[in-house]
Amino acid sequence: MKVRTLLSAICVSALALAAVPAHAGATFEAVKKKGFVQCGVNSGLPGFSAPDEKGVWKGIDVDVCRAVAAAVFGDANKVKYTPLTAKERFTALQSGEIDILSRNTTWTVTRDGGLGISFTGITYYDGQGFLVKKKLGVKSALKLSGATVCVQSGTTTELNLADYFGLHKMKFKPVVYDTADETVKSFEAGRCDVLTSDQSQLYALRSKLAKPDSAVVLPEIISKEPLGPAVRQGDVEWFNIVRWSLFAMIDAEDLGVTSTNVDQMKSSSKNPDVKRLLGVDVIKHGLGVPDDFAYKIIRLVGNYSEVFERNVGAGSALKIARGQNALWTKGGLQYAPPFR
Amino acid sequence: MAAVPRQPDLPPPAAATGALGWVRRNLFDSPLNGALTLLAVYLLYLVVPPFVEWAILKADWSGTTAKDCSRAGACWVFIGVRLNQFFYGFYPVAEQWRVNTCLALLVAFVVPLFIKRFALKQWLGAVLLVVYPVVAFHLLVGGHFGLAHVETSKWGGLSLTLVIAIVGMVAALPLGILLALGRRATNMPVLKALCVAFIELWRGVPLITVLFMSSVMLPFFLPEGMNFDKLLRALIGVALFEAAYMAEVVRGGLQGIPKGQFEAAAALGLGFWRSTILVILPQALKLVIPGIVNTFIALFKDTSLVLIIGLFDLLGSIQAANSDTNWLGFSTEGYVFAACVYWVFCFGMSRYSQWLERKLHTGHRR
Amino acid sequence: MSQMTQPGGPPKRPPPWNDPRVRAITFQVLVSAGVIAVGVYLVHNLLHNLAVRGISTGFGFLDNRAGFAINQSLVHYDESSSYGRTFVVGLLNTLLVSGLGIVFATILGFVIGVARLSRNWLVSRLAAAYIETFRNIPLLLQILFWYFAVFLNLPPPSEALRVGDSVFLTLRGLYLPRPEFGDGFGWVALAIVAALAASAALARWARARQERTGERFPVFAASAGLVVVLPLAAYLLAGRPVTLHSPELEGFNFSGGVSVIPELAALLMALSIYTAAFIAETVRAGILSVSHGQTEAASALGLRPGWTLRLVIIPQAMRVTIPPLTSQYLNLTKNSSLATAIGYPDLVSLFAGTTLNQTGQAVEVMAMTMAVYLAISLAISLFMNWFNARMALVER
Repeated sequence: MKVRTLLSAICVSALALAAVPAHAGATFEAVKKKGFVQCGVNSGLPGFSAPDEKGVWKGIDVDVCRAVAAAVFGDANKVKYTPLTAKERFTALQSGEIDILSRNTTWTVTRDGGLGISFTGITYYDGQGFLVKKKLGVKSALKLSGATVCVQSGTTTELNLADYFGLHKMKFKPVVYDTADETVKSFEAGRCDVLTSDQSQLYALRSKLAKPDSAVVLPEIISKEPLGPAVRQGDVEWFNIVRWSLFAMIDAEDLGVTSTNVDQMKSSSKNPDVKRLLGVDVIKHGLGVPDDFAYKIIRLVGNYSEVFERNVGAGSALKIARGQNALWTKGGLQYAPPFR
Repeated sequence: MAAVPRQPDLPPPAAATGALGWVRRNLFDSPLNGALTLLAVYLLYLVVPPFVEWAILKADWSGTTAKDCSRAGACWVFIGVRLNQFFYGFYPVAEQWRVNTCLALLVAFVVPLFIKRFALKQWLGAVLLVVYPVVAFHLLVGGHFGLAHVETSKWGGLSLTLVIAIVGMVAALPLGILLALGRRATNMPVLKALCVAFIELWRGVPLITVLFMSSVMLPFFLPEGMNFDKLLRALIGVALFEAAYMAEVVRGGLQGIPKGQFEAAAALGLGFWRSTILVILPQALKLVIPGIVNTFIALFKDTSLVLIIGLFDLLGSIQAANSDTNWLGFSTEGYVFAACVYWVFCFGMSRYSQWLERKLHTGHRR
Repeated sequence: MSQMTQPGGPPKRPPPWNDPRVRAITFQVLVSAGVIAVGVYLVHNLLHNLAVRGISTGFGFLDNRAGFAINQSLVHYDESSSYGRTFVVGLLNTLLVSGLGIVFATILGFVIGVARLSRNWLVSRLAAAYIETFRNIPLLLQILFWYFAVFLNLPPPSEALRVGDSVFLTLRGLYLPRPEFGDGFGWVALAIVAALAASAALARWARARQERTGERFPVFAASAGLVVVLPLAAYLLAGRPVTLHSPELEGFNFSGGVSVIPELAALLMALSIYTAAFIAETVRAGILSVSHGQTEAASALGLRPGWTLRLVIIPQAMRVTIPPLTSQYLNLTKNSSLATAIGYPDLVSLFAGTTLNQTGQAVEVMAMTMAVYLAISLAISLFMNWFNARMALVER
């Protein structure tokens, strides 16, 4: 009798203990408390996120995280990286293992809807393509019937591939790996005829071949792959910070502010847009980060153009043209809402 | 009638002594054995000469880039260039003395334990188990006493493998003993059921699902915002997993202790814990030393699985080096190197356990 | 008689905190309360986190369309199949590689284990070297080695290694001719069944006769003859109803024929070789556990060495060997989950990998995956208990 009473008392108190409510919007508080941003990145994709020989992470996706850290702490280096395979990435974000998922991830409706995550914007407009060995003599993806295709597991690529071959009544055999490295290694060895992935990745992966010239990227682009950072759903405060960190970089390019001229612009610019962006004219943005967070981002990380050219564009080994990723004013798709 | 002079004894036939005799006795004593010998020699011929040629005779030993590997054999230059990374991962070069100090301390503490005449073993063992982990932790992590902080994400290579293996061993043994005692506690059915459930649950699932759970799913089960180091979580996963296996080994030892020992201990007025620690466990653990070492060997090999959750242990850093653009096509060398390192550790442990088993064989065995 | 009375009255009951029963109960209550509290706490956090983050829950996703392709499936599967189907495909692939691995590892392990005890010095040393090499190297490393360093270095399809015109070995896999069964094959199948039934009956009869009269009958040779001759005769009479379709190089790949993908081959190879080293040790221990007196007694009875092994040693060694052998089988099954490192579509790689990521329902998927392995392991444990009880030495 006594035992039972005791037991139930313990259970009740345990339940009461467990029922301490955790409030939404906790991510920003937690980030500020621990003093760094935990950022989920690709375990190795040159141009997007890869450690250099000293173990320092570099790439567009990495710079997004650095921008967020610059906005929150005024220090772009207060980031810790968690390298993730495609398979682990959503679980890691959902569970709270990471604060931002910035890992060349495609924005789709089911991911926004069912996975409990929210994409904050688009860092790179991409599309799926095919990489084949030159000596196969294939000029079009429509000639690939019967081919063996290497693909990374758990990606939209895997789904588009099946759709595309099904639509064109072509047969194929998939070979599915966890990491991009394995995919390339096995493509190089000849396990598959074709490697399929987002086009930007294909260039990055091609640079990992022993002879990059021995493979060509086919002209067909079979899907829309808007890549961007994502955060957990229901945490509007954090969502806004990540979203506007990216917008700040795009707006800076729009207004011609770069990391080199930002200090000069801050002191001398007469343009009210620039003054608002850099926090000279204080706007009560209410994001929770300092008024001049955009200044910190541009100063420490750079504007979108600088980030692009440094990591995947002319200043990198990949030499990808801006294309769709040019500003809206230059015939591209990159567009950010105004700072006001 | 002349006496026939006694002849000296003839030596045994040449074919029964010396090398030839040995060969006849051990290799060709029946047609079947002869055939087997020839088959074995042929197998050796198939495997050994090409391997020696590849690994030694035609190998490249010195140089700094892939271009220095011009000969047909193995390219050990690749290993040489990456050796630092295979050992320390991304641990900053300026701080690597800290890893070395830790290792040296460990060796300094452990070696006397194996010296028979050393008198202060118990004290040294206590220091090793209590003080050393604290010192090693502060040395490796840093952030105090003027040591720079080194994030665990920078740890890697063989030193990470050793950290996981040693922490796993140190944590798994006591946990395993507690679980085994719990499983044998017949007077506490609820506790026994809990222990059985725990042991069977962990033994029933593959380690990589455990590691996946601990590396990306664990925060699901914690309050929002609460989080701790990825390496620590992997360590907990490995330790709990191996503890379940250890529990079964220890249980075997406990079962081998005759009931009289428990009764005698009780008759002396020893309580449960004192009789267990002073009387039962020393005997039970001695019985299952080979099993314990085998579990340690399994744990050491299992540490390689952390590469699947993105930690760069020895095998992980070799996988990473294999996809370096400047060094493509040398994965065989990497794997052979890793295999040798793992083999030396595991073989050493297994030999030690065999030696211990022989040494302790004099004990009571009925 | 008068009652014995103790001078100090009845012994005092010990205070409750010294009563072992009270202590046991209190301790258990505390422990279970702790476990329950932790469990409730974790589950509560989980439910809260799932709800706050708007993550879908429940097993409804199993009916949704999967939409991705799989490169090896034992049952029909295409892109329009459901996620539930991917679970079945993954499970069957796990069972396939485990089953084949168990067969190969057992054969290899027995051969090596017996060779380890051979009187032939060279053979026993070779076996020892095999055991010490392969069991001291991590399995994952062996899998990666076989896959990346061996199988992916085989020639491409255009330069395939070939045996005749029907068997091809390339880095895309091993291609074998596919048998196609024509109209009359039913007769052949019937003949096989009949031959098996006849052999079983023959074995029963021979055993009964031997127990009655002591005469032996060459059962093995007779049934082997039956199993070969009957189906062969049926095959010829039915007009050779089986045709072999050889694989042919068509475009990028071989088509037609049966193919074994290199992921399966590498995984199978690594699992068999690794586990065989442990099985060999088990077998050796088993044989050594049979005391030498048994061998001597058998030779005193006039049994030849081969018969001694088969009739005296092995049946007794089995008793010692089977329990560790089953646990090796269990290990092999769990180790097959390392498939994920080389992209073989087993349960962990396919279902707890691709499906988990496409649906994002980590909790449900992982729970199902772990439940499968737990079920397999419990089933094997139950079998082992049953076997131990059956084989336990019955002493008079």
